[in-house]
Amino acid sequence: MPAAQPALTTAPDMLRLEGVSLSFGGVRALAGVDIAVPAGSISGIIGPNGAGKTTVLNCVTGFYRPQQGAIRFGGQEVTRVSPDRRAAMGIARTFQNIALFEGMTVLDNIKLGAHAHLRTGVVSALLFSPRARREELALREEVEREIIDFLEIEHLRWRSVASLSYGLQKRVELARALAMRPRLLLLDEPVAGMNEEETEDMARFILDIQEERGITVVLIEHDMGVVMDLCDRVTVLSFGQKIAEGTPAEVQSSPEVIRAYLGTR
Amino acid sequence: MDYFLQLVVSGIVTGGIYALIAMGFVVVYKATGVINFATGELMMLGAFFAYTAMTVAHAPFVVALLVAAIGAAALGAVVERVVLRPLLGQRAISVIMVTIGLSSVFKGLAQLVWSGEYRNFPPVFPRAPVVLGSVILPSRQAYPFLMALVAILAVALVFRFTRTGIAMRATASDQATAFGMGIDIRRIFSLSWSIAAVTAAVAGIVIGTIGGISPQLGAVGLRIFPVVILGGLDSIGGALVGGVVIGILENLAGGYLDPLLEGGGVKEVAPFVALVVILMFRPYGLFGTREIERL
Amino acid sequence: MLIGNYKETYAADEALFRTPTARAWVAVGAAAAIGFPFLAGDYLLYLANLVGVLAIGALGLNILTGFTGQISLGHAAFMGIGAYATAVLAARAGWPFWLALPAGGAAACLAGMVVGVPSLRIKGLYLAIATLAAQVIFEWIFTNWSSVTGGIRGINVPPAQIFGLGFDTDRRLYFLILALAAAHTWAAANLFRTRIGRAFIAIRDRDISAELIGINLFRYKILAFMLSSYFAGIAGGLWVYFTRVVTPENFPLSLSIQYLAMIIVGGLGSIKGTLMGTVFITLVPEVLKALAQGARAFAPEAMSYLFR
Repeated sequence: MPAAQPALTTAPDMLRLEGVSLSFGGVRALAGVDIAVPAGSISGIIGPNGAGKTTVLNCVTGFYRPQQGAIRFGGQEVTRVSPDRRAAMGIARTFQNIALFEGMTVLDNIKLGAHAHLRTGVVSALLFSPRARREELALREEVEREIIDFLEIEHLRWRSVASLSYGLQKRVELARALAMRPRLLLLDEPVAGMNEEETEDMARFILDIQEERGITVVLIEHDMGVVMDLCDRVTVLSFGQKIAEGTPAEVQSSPEVIRAYLGTR
Repeated sequence: MDYFLQLVVSGIVTGGIYALIAMGFVVVYKATGVINFATGELMMLGAFFAYTAMTVAHAPFVVALLVAAIGAAALGAVVERVVLRPLLGQRAISVIMVTIGLSSVFKGLAQLVWSGEYRNFPPVFPRAPVVLGSVILPSRQAYPFLMALVAILAVALVFRFTRTGIAMRATASDQATAFGMGIDIRRIFSLSWSIAAVTAAVAGIVIGTIGGISPQLGAVGLRIFPVVILGGLDSIGGALVGGVVIGILENLAGGYLDPLLEGGGVKEVAPFVALVVILMFRPYGLFGTREIERL
Repeated sequence: MLIGNYKETYAADEALFRTPTARAWVAVGAAAAIGFPFLAGDYLLYLANLVGVLAIGALGLNILTGFTGQISLGHAAFMGIGAYATAVLAARAGWPFWLALPAGGAAACLAGMVVGVPSLRIKGLYLAIATLAAQVIFEWIFTNWSSVTGGIRGINVPPAQIFGLGFDTDRRLYFLILALAAAHTWAAANLFRTRIGRAFIAIRDRDISAELIGINLFRYKILAFMLSSYFAGIAGGLWVYFTRVVTPENFPLSLSIQYLAMIIVGGLGSIKGTLMGTVFITLVPEVLKALAQGARAFAPEAMSYLFR
């Protein structure tokens, strides 16, 4: 056995996909995919377009039901659990094409993330009872302290999300995901369309999220620089199958990966 | 048994009319994605056009029919161009409210021009009832049904065999591609509304010959929904099947349940109960296409 | 010099009326509302009462359609259910106002729950059509279940009584309706300060993402239906005490459409807008009638052009 490994390898995996297969009609999106994400790590999923990366995220969140295989979250099998329950259990996600709620302000979008953890009922809400009031204020304080300060978006609170630039929208989406108090954070192309400065900021945030909050991160990315710098482990998909996995360096030099991205001669 | 048969046959007759109306509705939905809440009022206007041609201009029935059809086609095209074209791409609720608003406007205009009173349609068909085996059909049911049948066939033939018909089917199937192939989408939109207006007009005339006309005639238009939901919002074949099924259903329900329930009037409500049931178990109906969501 | 809007506590930032100006306007509005009946004539008073009752219904519809995005074509039917429930309890079982009215709301709420069940499986246009079916079916029940609803003749209802005080004049009814309308407006606004309201809006904007955040779509859609029909039921019950009679023709499809018009004109997803939309839609026919009467001086047939 190698000398003392970091706690990562002895802790149970935060996420495991075991033999997951998914087809749409006649089209096979995923074929027997096995992925293990150690708790507290940052893992990457890369691959050419159409490889099934976003499909994997969709299976993890429960939007898609795989026809075969199992998904385990924190040791628990969640393959049959509804998406809203999985969110309450601690799985949060950001989207490739922003999925913010356009009819609400930035602050409300972020507060929405905490939905599953709040308790206010209908009657309390209608009367805005002292209980509801307390919960709302506590939420506001938590969101301000933990998220708005952290992501440096104080000046955006009352803006409507539709008026924000793409980069800021992505940040607000991240904020909303953090408000879900996740144990597992799934980021779908978090730095797509960003300039260097924005990319650095986002990368810094992601690192802080992992280090300071102990949240497990899985990210899909095309920006190899980000993948190399941030990820502890990388899984490579192509045409719905896993073709390589390992550390970023290992994967980068794998012949299968090069072939998948660049094609054969 | 005779009673049952009588009800079924009556149902088929009514169903034929429903099918005709539903066809127009489906044509518009397929081509433009719009739910036409003004179908009933288009029927009503068509009936009034024909009525006016016959009573004021003393035109023979066939001529009046033609006049009404042309008038309806023109109306449909104008409505599409002036009211609906600007709303392309807007929210569902906006489009719904606009067609609802149209129906109100039509009803109001009809009351303005023709006053709200109920009138009988001038006699059009031969008096003698039609006899089929043990079933006796009054002439005011048999001939209108025949009319509806002919109209349905005409529309079906146009769709199947003319270039325009094929262009419409292409547009309904995939707007972007049809456009890319050089089909003039806007003309197709106009055309589909014209067809809808004409089928509605013919149906309205048919109903008018059966039961007279008034600006309230459009209320029958609501009956469309059970038909197209059953058949599938975007299926013409479904409109035909749905029309007949609903026609038979409401007659059977009325015939057998009316005596049992106080107040009666089961015929009015049965199609809507059926509608709810269908929505619960098979919302896309018998032949409609399922909508798929992507993330 | 004060520029901008400076808050020192989160509580102040989260309040319903955040600036002194807003609070001042509310005070002015309240004063005007309270003084109104002493200055207005009978006809205006009647209109004000009508607007107040319909506003409660419109608030309900905006919650469902404007905020949660579920198009409903059957809102009048829920108002009718509340109206009939209240009427039956008040006129036949002798229930007092303060029991019969909430019972009407509860009856409508229950119906809303039933009508909302299909939202588990169908959405958008199809759900709208289902509500249309509900409207037709309930209207039929109102007309044909005569043993309960009195059929076409309807039910006559005694005036509301609270602590022995009878509300049989328009002016007294005004204060009752004003109080209830204000309370319901406040409740509706509160809803959107909490997670419940936020969940509704999320469902409207992107229901799939809402689910991935942890919102149980079915539960919240049903909740929206129930709240919306509760409001409609209260409006219905109030209507009954206002007009003192309920008949099936009071709740036709055209009323459902009128409600939709109110919230669209006023603003989908806006509480303030709902009130303004209600005023507008209710008053436009009245203004037109007044204009036509004025025009009668010039063209005697003007009135006949305003058929209902």
